[in-house]
Amino acid sequence: MSASQAPGHLAPVLDTVSAATNSPDVEQPYRELGLADDEYARVRDILGRRPTQTELAMYSIMWSEHCSYKSSKVHLRQFGEKAPKTDVLLVGMGENAGVVDVGDGMAVTFKVESHNHPSYIEPYQGAATGVGGIVRDILTMGARPIAVMDPLRFGAADHPDTKRVVNGVVAGIGGYGNCLGLPNIGGEVVFDSSYQGNPLVNALCVGVMPADRIQLSAAKGVGNIVVLLGATTGRAGLGGVSVLASASFEEGAEDARPTVQVGDPFTEKLLIESCLELFEQGLVVGIQDLGGAGLTCATTETAAAGRSGMRVELSTVPLREASMEPHEILASESQERMLAIVTPENLPKVLAIADKWGVLATAIGEVTDGDRLVITWHGDPVVDVPPRSLADEGPVYHRPMARPADQDELNSQHAERLPRPRTGAELKRTLLTMIASPNLCDKSWITEQYDRYVLGNTVLAQPEDAGVIRLSEESYRGIALSTDGNGRYTKLDPYAGAQLALAEAYRNVAVTGARPIAVTNCLNFGSPEDPEVMWQFAQATTGLAEACQTLRTPVTGGNVSFYNQTGDTAIHPTPVIGVLGVFDDVRQRTPMGLRNNGDVLFVLGTNSEELSGSEWASIMHNHLGGRPPRVDLAREEALANVLIAGAQESLIAAAHDLSGGGLAQALVESCLRYNVGARVRFNEDAFLALFAESTARALVAIRPADVKQFTKMCERFGVRSTRIGTVDTSSKALEIAGQFSVSLDELRAAFEGTLPALFN
Amino acid sequence: MSPKVGVVTFPGSLDDRDALRAVRISGAEPIPLWHKDASLHGVDAVVLPGGFSYGDYLRAGAIARFSPVMTTIVEQARQGLPVLGICNGFQVLCEAHLLPGALARNSHLHFRNRDQRLRIEATNTSWTNGYSAGQEIVIPVKNGEGRYVADERTLDELEARGQIVARYLGSNPNGSLRDIAGISNEAGNVVGVMPHPEHAVEALTGPSTDGLVIFTSVLRKLVAA
Repeated sequence: MSASQAPGHLAPVLDTVSAATNSPDVEQPYRELGLADDEYARVRDILGRRPTQTELAMYSIMWSEHCSYKSSKVHLRQFGEKAPKTDVLLVGMGENAGVVDVGDGMAVTFKVESHNHPSYIEPYQGAATGVGGIVRDILTMGARPIAVMDPLRFGAADHPDTKRVVNGVVAGIGGYGNCLGLPNIGGEVVFDSSYQGNPLVNALCVGVMPADRIQLSAAKGVGNIVVLLGATTGRAGLGGVSVLASASFEEGAEDARPTVQVGDPFTEKLLIESCLELFEQGLVVGIQDLGGAGLTCATTETAAAGRSGMRVELSTVPLREASMEPHEILASESQERMLAIVTPENLPKVLAIADKWGVLATAIGEVTDGDRLVITWHGDPVVDVPPRSLADEGPVYHRPMARPADQDELNSQHAERLPRPRTGAELKRTLLTMIASPNLCDKSWITEQYDRYVLGNTVLAQPEDAGVIRLSEESYRGIALSTDGNGRYTKLDPYAGAQLALAEAYRNVAVTGARPIAVTNCLNFGSPEDPEVMWQFAQATTGLAEACQTLRTPVTGGNVSFYNQTGDTAIHPTPVIGVLGVFDDVRQRTPMGLRNNGDVLFVLGTNSEELSGSEWASIMHNHLGGRPPRVDLAREEALANVLIAGAQESLIAAAHDLSGGGLAQALVESCLRYNVGARVRFNEDAFLALFAESTARALVAIRPADVKQFTKMCERFGVRSTRIGTVDTSSKALEIAGQFSVSLDELRAAFEGTLPALFN
Repeated sequence: MSPKVGVVTFPGSLDDRDALRAVRISGAEPIPLWHKDASLHGVDAVVLPGGFSYGDYLRAGAIARFSPVMTTIVEQARQGLPVLGICNGFQVLCEAHLLPGALARNSHLHFRNRDQRLRIEATNTSWTNGYSAGQEIVIPVKNGEGRYVADERTLDELEARGQIVARYLGSNPNGSLRDIAGISNEAGNVVGVMPHPEHAVEALTGPSTDGLVIFTSVLRKLVAA
């Protein structure tokens, strides 16, 4: 069928605003673009006509789940409503990333985001551009990016497809982050068959800036120039957010490979340096990165935030392919681009700085009076919309929720009933099996592929409990960051699971001696159209919001990733929580490794018979059921107080968080860090002492001379301290009195051999 | 007046700030140099830092050698200016033919970052005179293209003339021939090392402070001269 055969039914070659006005009855492919019938009707209502082809593409992108948060918005509001009172938050949720005051005139911004679907389809580029995207979010706030972390979830380690995904994702993160010159200081690696067709590739970035130099995205000032900085625009990532990130996977996902963007870290590095120079010289009125939804998102969000109008001439955008159409230019997700709003007087300086760094910079439009975003193509308007209708006034859904039908049955199958090892020999076998499991084994095969030293301020990095960065070489002020999440706990109880993830990240930060002050999150869930998933989401967000309130750590921003499922099967609900902590003096940090002969080992906190959802139940029995460990935020806070005060008073030689795998895992990791042995004795049941996963606990090593003062401090903060043994630098073995002794060599062979054997 | 040590920033240089910091901690005056500027601004020695100059999409260091600043550096290095290339800087020195051989992709094909044991083999260079012969040190290694390769004759000559500056101990992190971690030119003023001494200059942030001696060595050389 051609236009001449059926006048009025097909759009003309260039679907301009006037053409749309004159041909109201043209059928438009809105369903294919992901818009529902009523959403399309609303677009027509807002515009008073049918949208042009370009406008339709823009609404479908901006109203997608990924951009509009239409299913999650009503739940995310709790992070604001239940936010604890704090004076450290300089910029809260809503901007590209939250900003917190860390003292000495410095502000820190940090955020975690997902790049899950692209990383399954094309692991290297998916993961690489995930790093690139989160780094630009941090840059957009005015900050110099200073470190990255990567919380990762893969399918079963021995599944034939997992090797492809792991190798690609790890190489992609390294390839991009290393080339950008950002130290990778931590993260997580978890294997679970629930992520088989849908790995979770989350990326966190943190940046620092002078507290008085925060940049915002608002396009303000009529007559100011809209400048596109960075890479040329190509047909990369078309439909990324509306198709890839806002729907479930089906068979044949490889057909979606063209929707994955391709990264160029060298261009990003130059973009970072040139933008920082623009910020330093105060040349930028507003700035926004181009990520998912590209120019569509950047133009509508900056105009909406500035409550301004904007006019953009699309033919000025430097293209990779001359044949690109207006809607493609607007939807392109080509990486390494930023949109800056600058005054006409400053434009020559801005162009000169871009030129110095070899970065392309092009004036593509201007800020206008009124509230219309008008986009022209060789002078013909192809878009004429109120920007807020795209950016802020998208659909909001109260999705139906239902407690999963099998939740009661799941919760009734307690792991505490499973058969346990009885003898010392069985305990030893259990220990060696567990530390060799993909989830508990040494991760250096992965982390050695990342640069942790660049920038020269990395004080602690993986495998330590948290990454620690020095911010100032004068004051030694510093930060600590940790991310945690436990899909099994969250599956058993989403409310508690989200709180447990927060508690663990909070504890990991405190273990290093830093004071936790703020939270970011990446909420990875299945389809919001599934009421059982929506129930999990609602429970988890409520749990997280309430725990943040109790621990006085506000949520500063984050990301929701829905549709993480293959067919009808959703992943374990996986909220990944990042906690930021602050050191007044980073030289006071506590490392995890045992070092000094004769140091006394204590377990802080209280253990109980909590095995459901544990690594032991999962690894030794392939079991998931019962209730996760009890959340006790008051005890978490008391423990943190001991760890922070102990670090400040230099009373703690080493400290390590107890979490997955229990005390056994912590002992092995702390011994192997510097190849130092320990002698341990339990007054309680050795199996529970070693493998239960009760929360609010840590292993600490205290110099003998400090023991008295330390135990008094524990009493003062109301934290139980149990002496369990001593460090023995000569024994080269971990000895559990009355049970077993195992050489460090044997532990190391079990601990370190797994990932190379699986993935080399 | 303390000697001036310049650190070149190419587009894509990453460890340039770290090299400047190491120079400062060693007691010299750090001077940033820019790739487009052919002037060395009167520096007494030059460090080419690590990173991915020009993205290294062609061959590591292949484009950086053609930058204006390199023209001057090559000229002055031939007249005795102390020049240290670290990682990508080592690659640039090989591409510029100030040092023989080349750095190829790691034999295991992965980027690898670990704390590496090294043995210092030559202490008569501008950059290693503060070590004792045979001294074992630990500094970070981090590269994807760090496997030193050269033909057998070149390797034999390097050995015979004492131009092998450092060797990897324990496991070789990248498959370098004869475990070579660093070499010098015949005169000893130009040194290239694959591991990163600038990341081992402070106990707080490095695995040791063994790398600092590289930077104090050149100071000693300059003060003595």
